Amino acid sequence: MHITVTVNGAQREADIEPRLLLVDFVRSVLGLTGTHSGCDTTSCGVCTVLLDGKPVKSCTIFAVQADGRAITTVEGLRAQGTGADGLHPVQRAFKEEHGLQCGFCTPAMMLVGASLLDRNPDPTEDEIRWAISGNLCRCTGYVNIVKAIQAAAGEVRSSA
Amino acid sequence: MYPARFDYLAPTTIEEALDALSRLSQRGEDAKILAGGQSLIPLMKLRLASPSVLVDINRLPGLAFIEPADGHLRIGALARHSDLAESNVVRRSNHTMAAAAPWISDPLVRNLGTIGGSLAHADPLGDWASVMLACGADIVARSTAGERIMPIGEFLLGLFTTALRPDELLTEVRVPRYRGPAGGTYLKLERKVGDYATVGVAVHLQLDQGKQRIAEAGIGLTSVAPSNLKAVAAEQALVGEAPGEELFAEAGDLAARAAEPRSDLRGSAEYKRDVVRTFVQRGLARAVELARAG
Repeated sequence: MHITVTVNGAQREADIEPRLLLVDFVRSVLGLTGTHSGCDTTSCGVCTVLLDGKPVKSCTIFAVQADGRAITTVEGLRAQGTGADGLHPVQRAFKEEHGLQCGFCTPAMMLVGASLLDRNPDPTEDEIRWAISGNLCRCTGYVNIVKAIQAAAGEVRSSA
Repeated sequence: MYPARFDYLAPTTIEEALDALSRLSQRGEDAKILAGGQSLIPLMKLRLASPSVLVDINRLPGLAFIEPADGHLRIGALARHSDLAESNVVRRSNHTMAAAAPWISDPLVRNLGTIGGSLAHADPLGDWASVMLACGADIVARSTAGERIMPIGEFLLGLFTTALRPDELLTEVRVPRYRGPAGGTYLKLERKVGDYATVGVAVHLQLDQGKQRIAEAGIGLTSVAPSNLKAVAAEQALVGEAPGEELFAEAGDLAARAAEPRSDLRGSAEYKRDVVRTFVQRGLARAVELARAG
């Protein structure tokens, strides 16, 4: 089946089987390996992408369902980059707050953080923890992930 | 993991979808409707389900509504769990639904999963069925033959089984509006976010106009029976009575006795019965509090 998907702002087309999962489309067909495949059982969230701005588990949706729609992967965060390093505030905050260790959950955490801040620029700690509750991290204990999103929120608010 | 091959249809009108379902069922094809896919796709990836055709209904317009109507709240099958969790209409119209929506799975799954899909899938560990049993909802289904309305008790038939025919599409859930002081809640014990309920309890109470006696009671239990369970004896013990701790304790006992929990990874049967008892008591107290405040 032929699909056309807007990926990080650019139109991408491909001929694929209906059963190709969005995560495999993104990683293998598009070569965007920032999106990870972890549990493959809809539990861990490392496969998170934004579908029309909303975070979803890309291992639990078929690529054909994204036909005519827009997805954002971690590689697309730079499009909203600011400052000298051109990073998205969330990316910069994860770097500065040491919001990652192995980094496997990080692309997903950043996308969820970015989409949260789009909707709610001043989240409480509870709201941040609630927003990332579908994303597992085995390394950090979540503390610096939350701090990073808080820091990003601060930057977003002060530059608004 | 990926599913076995399937043909994929993505109709853009309800008529097209119903025609496809009718054709496929007449040909004896093993077709499944794809809504949120958050239950179906995991099953397909594990090859526990291998439908030959998927009919993707996500492009059908006009199925995601949340609308107050005469006597009931109308909810379209494609309303996502996250829409329901964030809806002011739901918050104002039905406390049980408002309490339950945020507990379903996790935020990512809630962005795609739908109430229609959840009810049609009829996972006995699913939350919405207990809410609908407690609130006395109706299910609306359409096919090329017309529209059918089924009370939830007649719709849910057991483990992953509903009264939906192969050519039917669940289009709407109708939840009765509160007629006077009413309240409810959903209490869910889970090991972690995203897990199924260890125990889930949906409570719905309608008080009389004077707020002194219980006019109507609904209690739906999740994960403590082969499928979602309406705690009828507990409900009957409540109707006509004045709310109070002793009454709630009695209802809790009756609900715990009606439950048939299994000992498993989430806890022993005895533990789960105890949670039912406690949650029913807490849920009833909360429902009365909301009903008297409203």
